[in-house]
Amino acid sequence: MSTATAEVEVVEKKAEPLFSKKNKKLISNPLDIDNPITVQVLGVCSALAVTTQMKPALVMSIGLMVVTASSNVVISMMRNSIPSRIRIIVQLAIVSLWVILVDQILKAYVYDVSKQLSVFVGLIITNCIVMGRLEAFAMGNKPWPSFLDGIGNGLGYGLILMAVAFIRELFGGGSLFGFKVFEAMGVHYTGNGLLLLPAGACILVGIVIWIQRTLNGFRESH
Amino acid sequence: MQTKKEDYNVRQSNLYIVLYAAAITIVCGGALAIASQSLKPLQDANIELERKKNILATVMELKEGDDIVKLYSSRVKESVIDFQGNVRTGMKASQVIIAEQYKLKPEERLLPVYEFRSQADTSKIENAVMPVYGYGLWNNIWGFVALQSDLNTVQGVKFEHAGETPGLGARITSDDIQVRYKGKKVFDGEIVSSVVMQKGEGMDYSADPHKVDGMSGATLTGKGVNNMLKDYFACYKNYLKKNQKTLSLNL
Repeated sequence: MSTATAEVEVVEKKAEPLFSKKNKKLISNPLDIDNPITVQVLGVCSALAVTTQMKPALVMSIGLMVVTASSNVVISMMRNSIPSRIRIIVQLAIVSLWVILVDQILKAYVYDVSKQLSVFVGLIITNCIVMGRLEAFAMGNKPWPSFLDGIGNGLGYGLILMAVAFIRELFGGGSLFGFKVFEAMGVHYTGNGLLLLPAGACILVGIVIWIQRTLNGFRESH
Repeated sequence: MQTKKEDYNVRQSNLYIVLYAAAITIVCGGALAIASQSLKPLQDANIELERKKNILATVMELKEGDDIVKLYSSRVKESVIDFQGNVRTGMKASQVIIAEQYKLKPEERLLPVYEFRSQADTSKIENAVMPVYGYGLWNNIWGFVALQSDLNTVQGVKFEHAGETPGLGARITSDDIQVRYKGKKVFDGEIVSSVVMQKGEGMDYSADPHKVDGMSGATLTGKGVNNMLKDYFACYKNYLKKNQKTLSLNL
């Protein structure tokens, strides 16, 4: 898995406005020229696993965004004290802490939602995007830009997930968010089983990467 | 005051690293322990409510805002039986963990049964609800099966799963699959014929009391469901047959 991170350098000045041009870029870049899936090629595993239907894909995106942003903030606050030799395991501990807390709170207060998500919430710990952003961004930047970077990458990830899930659920199962689209239009539609299988997702993600890289002109550097 | 270089060197020392790791472990562990302990009562209440809801959902249509706890305590009589169909007195159905009993041989299992009593006459069984447990394609599947007062015709089923493929095997949790079981028969005379999900989808099995339409792309999950039902119908056979006889005497 390549990690061609086009690292965004944030020069810190005093009294920088909260949404300065640079900070806005932290949100907009991951949506396009620095997208975690199509450009950095991170988080592909979950992009294949949770995109058979739009609902889990949406919840996974939100969960990932929350976890990336909050872990980014915590790691960024601790960045000057973390010994570099054990930084990965420290990052992992913080990520797991957030993921388990989110899971526990969901189970206590919104049990219905947590039942549908239990597997997916746990999967966030292993998501490469979270660790990738901690290592590449939060370890070297202040909490606020790190927070924005987490939100931005969560959105960029969510965007691709939703696009893939849209195609897979619509043409694989004939529905969107569980609503039977073709049935409502009065058309009999037999779902394309290939799209529901991981192989179909792999092909789709490949096509999405191709399209987006053509649009934004990204080339792997050698 | 330390310079940056000195500060970096301190961070490389073994003592600092060991202390840092210990501190992280204690803080994270402590936070998780507190969260888990303080949220446990709420989580347990949710799980218990979910169990009652699932049992009731097999026999009746629940509306938004129904008082599940009250409905359950007034209408459902819980008991624990063994393979021979005898009631084990002094045992609470909620204490029997189905997932553990499932690992035992059918003859050794403790089997909870939830009798849904008539509102007018509480000694009359309207429905018998039985928990079922088995293995799908990827992970465990479980649920409840409710029989009508003849203890042969399926009133409703409720299936849950831990890891079936969304959009394929996970469809066992959806209403349009579960409704297919309604009205099917468990017994063929004295033999447990069970209700068997077929391969392929879109066929009409309304004339056959032991077959239901399959799930396209999820034949193996369907097989898991079939094994689960057959296994548990066999476990409950003695209890059901016994009560069928008393029922027919009363009529």
